[in-house]
Amino acid sequence: MSALVGSANRHHTLVVLVENKAGVLARVAGLFARRGFNIYSLAVAPTDDERFSRLTVVVDVESAPLEQITKQLFKLINVVKITELDQAESVERELMLMTVRADAGRRSEVIELVNVFGGKIVDVGHEALTITLAGKPRNLDDFEELMRAFGIVELQRTGRVALPQLDRRAPAQIRKVS
Amino acid sequence: MRLTGAQALIKSLEMEGVEVMFGLPGGAILPAYDPIIDSPIRHILVRHEQGAGHMAEGYAHATGRPGVALVTSGPAATNIVTPLCDAYMDSVPMVAITGQVPSTAIGTDAFQECDTVGITRSVTKHNELVMDAQDIPRIIREAFHIATTGRPGPVLVDLPKDVLQATMEWHEWPPAIDLPGYKPNTKGHPRMIKEAAKLIAESRRPVIYAGGGILKARAAEALRQLAEMTGIPVVTTLMARGAFPDRHELCLGMPGMHGNYTAVTSMQKADLLIALGSRFDDRVTGKVGGFAPEAKIIHVDIDPAELGKVRRPDVPIVGDCRQVIEELVKAVAALDEGAQPDRSAWMAQIRQWQKDFPLQYDRPSPDQADGPLKPQYVLECLRDSTPDDCILASGVGQHQMWASQYWQFDHPYTWINSGGLGTMGFSVPAAIGAKVGRPDRMVWAVDGDGCFQMTAQELVTASAERIPIKVAILNNAYLGMVRQWQEMFYDERYSEVYLSPDLPDYVKWSEAMGCVAFRVEHPDEVQATIDKANEVDDRPVVIEFRTDSSEKVFPMVPAGLSNDDIVVGPTPGREVRQ
Ligand SMILES: Cc1ncc(C[n+]2csc(CCOP(=O)(O)OP(=O)(O)O)c2C)c(N)n1
Ligand SMILES: [Mg+2]
Repeated sequence: MSALVGSANRHHTLVVLVENKAGVLARVAGLFARRGFNIYSLAVAPTDDERFSRLTVVVDVESAPLEQITKQLFKLINVVKITELDQAESVERELMLMTVRADAGRRSEVIELVNVFGGKIVDVGHEALTITLAGKPRNLDDFEELMRAFGIVELQRTGRVALPQLDRRAPAQIRKVS
Repeated sequence: MRLTGAQALIKSLEMEGVEVMFGLPGGAILPAYDPIIDSPIRHILVRHEQGAGHMAEGYAHATGRPGVALVTSGPAATNIVTPLCDAYMDSVPMVAITGQVPSTAIGTDAFQECDTVGITRSVTKHNELVMDAQDIPRIIREAFHIATTGRPGPVLVDLPKDVLQATMEWHEWPPAIDLPGYKPNTKGHPRMIKEAAKLIAESRRPVIYAGGGILKARAAEALRQLAEMTGIPVVTTLMARGAFPDRHELCLGMPGMHGNYTAVTSMQKADLLIALGSRFDDRVTGKVGGFAPEAKIIHVDIDPAELGKVRRPDVPIVGDCRQVIEELVKAVAALDEGAQPDRSAWMAQIRQWQKDFPLQYDRPSPDQADGPLKPQYVLECLRDSTPDDCILASGVGQHQMWASQYWQFDHPYTWINSGGLGTMGFSVPAAIGAKVGRPDRMVWAVDGDGCFQMTAQELVTASAERIPIKVAILNNAYLGMVRQWQEMFYDERYSEVYLSPDLPDYVKWSEAMGCVAFRVEHPDEVQATIDKANEVDDRPVVIEFRTDSSEKVFPMVPAGLSNDDIVVGPTPGREVRQ
């Protein structure tokens, strides 16, 4: 999977508050699948209120069908609230775990880049390092590109989570569908 | 009070006021069938679970109350998928209860296991797998609430056998519903309603485009008020026939692919469409880009997802049709004391279209009493020989379109058909369900020979349960609607559409199922036979009409074309192109 955001304007971030119940994820995913829309990334976790979970869905779709799918999502009985986050007006974070080739000869080079990006080395082997990096998805993309040269052995990303930006947030850019 | 899950289920259904359910038992649902013996709820034993589903739909269409179907797991659950999808498409309130293998066996490919909630997820408004008997009353209460409120639809509850067998403590009927994600908005936005009233007052060529939502919201009376106070003509879609009386001078009848010329063309030429509980279905709009090009749109629907789905409205109003129309009536009255512009030119134009392009077919003249039997003629005779509150249930095909065109629907809830899904085999079980719900009414099913062969076995159910429905088979020996398309669009290359007029022998078959049965081959036998059928009141009756195979449904807007390309009749000289 290329982590590069291809056509960023087609990527939309939906934050969906759902009841924390069996089968809810399948209902949400089914609405996208039915229309042939690809879910680019997905993060799910319980909220501070255990009755609810929050899904952060990044979906690869034009705006018009997105409006329709958002309305359809809202029709699901277990969906409580949907917010579309404008990427420019929200705080997005993602976590990455990466094992990269780093033999004795190139190890310091890798460590230097990890430091530049504010990552951490969490595991060390003879030929490789495992790195964790949390940050803006864009930074993770950049880091991933740079590491390619060394040889990525394995890579996992969590998918992004997002919250609206505080002060500068203009009401028009948060669309609550109800 | 200690109850088994099964007892709790039946008690919950009683608490919901269920008077009848349609079903067929089997292994996984067996525990639920035992308490039925002691319950006042009537159970109607069907011959195929699809029948149970369509009966529940027919019951719901006729009464407005949710239909209930009860079936077992696996093949029974899959058999009911078609009615669920049908109810989903046509917004029919229905609760289906399916048995499931014991919860410990779920996921092991146990005997008669299928992923019922998975399979039905996209054809239900909601479904739920119950894993704890204690949850049964709450989930049943929620199921009925969801099925009947907002945009109605089917809800499925899947009950594993061990959950039905487990004991639970029955405290009290859940007093309140707690569904944080489900709060349908019924009251229209006052500012939008005012906007709508303004658009109406400015409009010179308005048409009310009434859909099935009028019936679901029980808004027929409100619609009549709106139409009469504004003088705006009304088209009633296939799902809304009867929502506005056909005999009313403002009624233009059915629009769409087989709509009449005036209904189709008035929408095309309108400067304002007031869409009430209608959803701009492709069978109504034709090519969307060419649909009602000059019209502004007011769109009222309880389902926000309908607004802007096909055509972006100028005034979108989310709300219950009845409430919104009632408010709209007030808003119209408040604006300039309800003054409406002079629309006499528009009405004159409409009257001219009605005069120039009425529905037409070759009516038999008295001297050709044994000529070919025209299906339209049969329907006209049937219409004129039945009370005006007679309920008509239809199959899917040419006969459905003729029924909608030639019947006169003067009351809401007298027309029951499968519009969205177009399910062949719908009419016989739907008519049975309707008759169970409205035993006081005469109920006729109009069916095609093809459709009839899909669910006819439910006439056994009707005989056994003494449900005296009446069935008119328009036997044209073909899958007629498909034949029509092959004739018109595939150079008369008929591929796999011939059925035969006398295989099966419909009279013998019907008699074998306990019905009184007649066959009609000539126009001069039609009336007398209908009269005979109308007298039968203690069992189902079937008339097989041998109709003209070559008859086609007109007008027609060929698929993919604009409604401006409506073809009014079969002869090339009569084709109208604008
Ligand atoms: C279950 C199902 N299968 C296929 C179709 C496609 N179809 C639509 S109308 C039709 C022909 C129906 O034949 P018949 O019942 O004889 O009615 P007619 O058109 O001849 O009046 C068919 C096959 C359908 N609507 N439903
Ligand atoms: Mg036929």
